[in-house]
Amino acid sequence: MSSVPHAEPPPRGNPRRRLSSFFHRHHHVRLGGLLAAPVGWLVIVYLGSLVLLLMAAFWDTEPFTNDVVRHWNLGNFRRIFEQDVYRNVAWRTIKMAGLVTIADAVLAFPIAYYMARVAGPRKRNLLVVAVLTPLFASYLVKAFAWRTMLGEQGLVNWVLGPFGLSAPGDWTSLWLTFTYFWLPFMILPIYAGLERIPNSLLEASADLGGRSVRTFWKVTLPLAFPAVVAGSIFTFSLTLGDYILPGLIADQQFIGTVIYSERSSGLPVAAAFAMVPIAVMTVYLLVARRLGAFKAL
Amino acid sequence: MRKLHRKHVGVAGLAVVVGALAFAAAGCGGGDSSSSSADWQVPGLGSTIDEITAKAKDEGQTNLVIWAGYADKSWSDEFTKTTGCKVITKDGANSDDMVDLMATGAYDGVSASGDATLRLIAKGDVAPVNFDLTPNYTDVFSGLKDQSYNTVDGVGYGVPHGRGPNELVFRNDILPANTNSWAPIWDGSQKGKVSIYDSQNFIADAAVYLMATQPDLKITNPYELDADQFTAAVDLLKQQKPAIGKYWDGNTYADQVTTFKSGETTVGTTWPYQVNLMAAEKPPLSVTALKPKEGTTGWSDTWMISTKAAHPNCTYLWMNYIISPQANAKVAEWFGEAPSNSKACDYTTDKNFCTTYHATDPSWWKDVYYWNTPTADCGDDRGEVCKTYADWRAAWTEIKG
Amino acid sequence: MLLRLGTGLTLAFIYLPLLVIAIYAFNENISQTWPIEHYTTKWFRVAWEDESVRSALLLSVKAALGATAIALLLGMLASLAVARYSFFGRETISFLVILPIALPGIITGLALQATILNVFQPLGITFSIWTIIIGHATFCIVVVYNNAVARLRRVSGSLEEASADLGADSWQTFRYVTFPQMRTALLAGGLLAFALSFDEVIVTIFTSGAQQTLPIWMFTNFGRPRELPIVNVVALFVIIASIVPVWIAQRVTVEPHGTTGGRG
Repeated sequence: MSSVPHAEPPPRGNPRRRLSSFFHRHHHVRLGGLLAAPVGWLVIVYLGSLVLLLMAAFWDTEPFTNDVVRHWNLGNFRRIFEQDVYRNVAWRTIKMAGLVTIADAVLAFPIAYYMARVAGPRKRNLLVVAVLTPLFASYLVKAFAWRTMLGEQGLVNWVLGPFGLSAPGDWTSLWLTFTYFWLPFMILPIYAGLERIPNSLLEASADLGGRSVRTFWKVTLPLAFPAVVAGSIFTFSLTLGDYILPGLIADQQFIGTVIYSERSSGLPVAAAFAMVPIAVMTVYLLVARRLGAFKAL
Repeated sequence: MRKLHRKHVGVAGLAVVVGALAFAAAGCGGGDSSSSSADWQVPGLGSTIDEITAKAKDEGQTNLVIWAGYADKSWSDEFTKTTGCKVITKDGANSDDMVDLMATGAYDGVSASGDATLRLIAKGDVAPVNFDLTPNYTDVFSGLKDQSYNTVDGVGYGVPHGRGPNELVFRNDILPANTNSWAPIWDGSQKGKVSIYDSQNFIADAAVYLMATQPDLKITNPYELDADQFTAAVDLLKQQKPAIGKYWDGNTYADQVTTFKSGETTVGTTWPYQVNLMAAEKPPLSVTALKPKEGTTGWSDTWMISTKAAHPNCTYLWMNYIISPQANAKVAEWFGEAPSNSKACDYTTDKNFCTTYHATDPSWWKDVYYWNTPTADCGDDRGEVCKTYADWRAAWTEIKG
Repeated sequence: MLLRLGTGLTLAFIYLPLLVIAIYAFNENISQTWPIEHYTTKWFRVAWEDESVRSALLLSVKAALGATAIALLLGMLASLAVARYSFFGRETISFLVILPIALPGIITGLALQATILNVFQPLGITFSIWTIIIGHATFCIVVVYNNAVARLRRVSGSLEEASADLGADSWQTFRYVTFPQMRTALLAGGLLAFALSFDEVIVTIFTSGAQQTLPIWMFTNFGRPRELPIVNVVALFVIIASIVPVWIAQRVTVEPHGTTGGRG
């Protein structure tokens, strides 16, 4: 602990001291004071905005100007349920989100394990920086880099050409790109989770006769599972709502792109469709909480 | 760790939830009445040209939503030098995007096509233009003035920019040079290699093709389609979908050049702008672009000023500048469209430009159906049975699948 | 050994596209084919001389500073509440703080834009650096919060109680006991929040109006063939500029006395 400058407690009658005593006795007021700003901000600015957007889902669009008409009805939801395309797009997006999450989990585990349990402290710090940096390397540029690499005259074809192979198709390309983008989001929680496992548990397992593979399956993996779920929250959610990559890489409609393109011609329908990813993520978050992911974030 | 009484948290929580609802309710209050009165003036606008010029120097910039290539540095830099107004631009992906961007009130002006202009006017997002303050307007072709898409009740809402067709483009090594029909993009012969504009307006292109191939549908106006005509158009588009290789729009037009170069796409719809870009490649792409015999859709664009423009004076100066003969010639040649200013034809570097681009030939434009917003009112004796813009929008999402 | 190979391959996978971007920054030709024919550094000078790039950079830095300041304050307050008190609804706070980053960006963006258009504008407030800051701060809070809570959980509250027992009032306890313990966690969180705000585009598209932060500038220009070389240069700059705060943040959170668990 750093050296504390010599400080006298303020005298008895001092207003600051009286205020402090008041807070000490009524600690729920102090708690309220602490929470007022952040919670107030999040609820009013964030939740309030969400509510505003979602209210539009129950309203209508004027067919010519696309202005929002505040006439309460369920027409938008009916349309989303009746028109096949919305269901197909939603299902397609959820499928991709799942595939991306699995790929990221598989790719992230080795490097996270290495960082947490094998690498020395200096290498570990370097690796953390190395993993974090691409996160901040500009979404758009990474998107365009992948599009260029996967293009007809891009890097991938140039490398694979001599072997008689060609760049992957739209769906695979998109899966690859998403996996790339969200990988750091999976590596870091798993790394943190693996780091938290006390050595003593692993030693105990070895003492009890478990070989290293068995220890891994029976002890390490289950203990790291909440961290994997925590990471999956991001990979799943980010894929679910992305509105730039599916059009750019694969020219396909995903939930995000449909919301984005429908927003200008009728915010109510876009808002109604936006309920789908919100509902999916709410369920996902509740399940994740059950699996202990929040403690691993 | 301190314990806390449930009820205290409960009260606090309730207060916070009420606050959030009140906030959201604030967004409900004050109904938005979008009247399109002709008396809209833009606050802060000078009343004489001298006043505008002086005020513009204080404003220092204008934020414009444009079609790609409309404000290239080749002529906007000169504008900035003379007026002191920087030109900051955002390319619109399609008309919907432009209407949406203008609705935010963050932009000063827009180069709107006919399918956006009337909507912008109806929403009250754009203001009438005082043509006394844009003197170059007098030289604009009379055929572009007082049109239904830029004039309402005799009040003009913008200065015409120019017009052009949506062209068929194909690689010369794939299709014969005398190809003169839209058939290659509809008949599935170029499976997986068709490049299409991504906007529900494209339904009109299907309708144009049906005008020639299914005359019994009796389509006269590709933007006013009744139920049968609309279903036919949508079916045609769904049938076309497997052949589509890539979509493009006002933000991704440069990719069309790349995909045509690599052969990923071999035929499609395009703007003359991309054709110019393809010709500028080293080596130039061997493609042909033309208006096929069935006719085509097109656009006639108008520069409009936002009612909420933060820099109205710079914007007025820009509107006058872009339709001045020299600048209008430059942008017309750059993009590949017919200029709006009759005097611009004297300033194009290619002396035959106006002839090549049919700027003075009204008959050529008879089968170019400018982008328009579909409304329920068919405008003829069918009455109010036509599909609306909202129907087109819903259909497009469904077609894309 | 297999693990090292896996790690190496993953790192290669992560950095390959960034390398490609870096190489393209030196590409003389405007079109983006591979392999590159001619190399040059001229685009760096062009980028620096481009006034719109410089203004965008300035706006990005200002917005990031503002968003980080707010996120630091709110994240710190929330972390103190959650780590030092036990109350009904504590887990809900964690849930609430993470929501802006867990829900898809397009929803956050559309929601915030709806607020700006329907609540702010009727009151005369329009798109400005503040609308950008508000958007960024909202999801930067969680970055600061996570770091601070993790630190507070590691350091028990007994020191604070001792301080109170010795007669210090709340402010003194905070200033001399709590804050010094949190300082480096807040610094790390603040640096990460800065980097997050600096790079953000998904939500900023909806909250910036006509203004251009550096990512918005790139968004506006990456489809324009003649601007593409400058975009590549700016991209390279952004990558390098992000390494610094991330590296410092990591250095600062290293525990000098080792962590609990792990290699203890």
